[in-house]
Amino acid sequence: MSRDTLINLLYLFSATTFLLAIKGLGSPKRARLGNVVAAVGMTVAVVATFFKYVDGHPLHHVGLIILAMAIGFIVAVPTARLVQMTAMPQLVAIFNGVGGGAAALVSITEFMHIHSSNPATYVTLEVLLGVLIGTVSFSGSAIAYAKLQELMTGRPVTYPGQQVINGLMGVAAVALIVTMLITGSMVLLWALLAISFVLGIAFVLPIGGADVPVLISLLNSFTGLAVAASGFTLGSNLLIVAGTLVGASGILLTRLMSKAMGRSLANVLFSAFGSATTGGPGAAGEERPVRSASPEDVAVLLGLATKVVIIPGYGLAVAQAQHVLRELAEVLESKGIEVDYAIHPVAGRMPGHMNVLLAEANVPYEQLKEMDEANIELQTADVAIVVGANDTVNPAAKDDPSSPIYGMPIINADLAENVLFLKRSMRPGFAGIENELLYNPKTTLVFGDAKDTLTKMVAAVKQN
Amino acid sequence: MGNVLLQYSTVLMLSIFIGIEIVAKVPSILHTPLMSGSNAIHGVILVGSMLVLGNANTNLEEVLGFLAVLLATLNVVGGFVVTDRMLEMFKPKKKVEKKEEAAQ
Repeated sequence: MSRDTLINLLYLFSATTFLLAIKGLGSPKRARLGNVVAAVGMTVAVVATFFKYVDGHPLHHVGLIILAMAIGFIVAVPTARLVQMTAMPQLVAIFNGVGGGAAALVSITEFMHIHSSNPATYVTLEVLLGVLIGTVSFSGSAIAYAKLQELMTGRPVTYPGQQVINGLMGVAAVALIVTMLITGSMVLLWALLAISFVLGIAFVLPIGGADVPVLISLLNSFTGLAVAASGFTLGSNLLIVAGTLVGASGILLTRLMSKAMGRSLANVLFSAFGSATTGGPGAAGEERPVRSASPEDVAVLLGLATKVVIIPGYGLAVAQAQHVLRELAEVLESKGIEVDYAIHPVAGRMPGHMNVLLAEANVPYEQLKEMDEANIELQTADVAIVVGANDTVNPAAKDDPSSPIYGMPIINADLAENVLFLKRSMRPGFAGIENELLYNPKTTLVFGDAKDTLTKMVAAVKQN
Repeated sequence: MGNVLLQYSTVLMLSIFIGIEIVAKVPSILHTPLMSGSNAIHGVILVGSMLVLGNANTNLEEVLGFLAVLLATLNVVGGFVVTDRMLEMFKPKKKVEKKEEAAQ
């Protein structure tokens, strides 16, 4: 067997492990093994590449390659080990961004290499698409990181003529690509690089913090596509398979997320959602009566329940109250009360984020119910506890066509006999929309920091 | 040359359909690990980066190639480590035994 065939065989093995890894994610039991298998596959691919011949010679600069890898390794491992689970979305954004950057660099370098030899038009096209998509993913991810890390405002950043300017930049990028296909000009490559970089930033700026989960999925998909484009250029089936796999998964998640918010992808990306603080009906400062109670009072209510559904939102993680919440659930269970968690698909800062945060607090995943299932459970629940969530339980999404979140599927907390709404103050949630659920006669508000309130509730339930 | 393009396009088409099929089967509880896991997988650009640096002729190509390998390594290593950390938490746990009699 020739050297090339053997290496390609090993690449085939790697591609298979990537498929197996994603297949393994079909169940929580096999998921971790799948990830390890993919890591092994990746290692095999990298080691095999060291023995590959390019243009008829073994790899040059092997020392440099190893040095760059060593630096990357030393930086990445502690970063990934030490990050807080709440900070996971920004870390994924960063790792995604550097992947996109690497793909763009590969395409640029490859273009320098081949452009003097009059490459076929389609080869140039693949390279330029790699540059464009990879760079947009890189700079877009950087802004997404800054938003999530709160280095800049999480609110949409808008300016007059924004969409026209973005549109023109998009047109300019396409025009550059077409020109380069015809002329093969090297100088224009730098212009394309610059415009892609700015486009990535301009594209992400108007997207609000609450929509970033959709954005990260989309950028992930972009990087995948950039990698697939590099695969075409370098003639590597492995890169095409892996890149496409990621591209498909990102697009699918993006669609799921926008559906879970009841909005089209275009609306998520281009509407600068939540930039204006839209006051729904009755929001204009008028005081309406709400019922509130102390943690001790509501503990009595909980003690009498037979079934409790907890509806957590990102505010729970902000208050670092996941562990106390799990404690409350365990105390209730020890009294024979059934406890479930209702997880809205967009709760948290990336798809499925809330599940990870609760899993970290040792909540058994069997208790985590998806929205549809949770809405069935709620029909027979005695108490629903809303903690750190707001828009995902807002009935305006169902009844108020004028509401910005109208059409978003929600968790119907009001199906339960009683609703406990743990809240810091009467301030509206992230999207700035008034929540009618607060004024529902079934609802009791418990004001205060979620962690304090839950701690008090645990103590009170224990005593009852 | 046209045949090569056709072969890659075939792989591309099949990958799209297989990708959608297997990703659709991932339950929403594992969507975050799916994202970070697929994130690690696109770090396979490391292979491309190695080839580019290993074939660099000019200083500029060397610098760009070096950066590419560095960034791609961050992507791969960080991606897999983070995903492993997340999935470690999704171990099945024994349900808390309900001590109904004891509570009464």
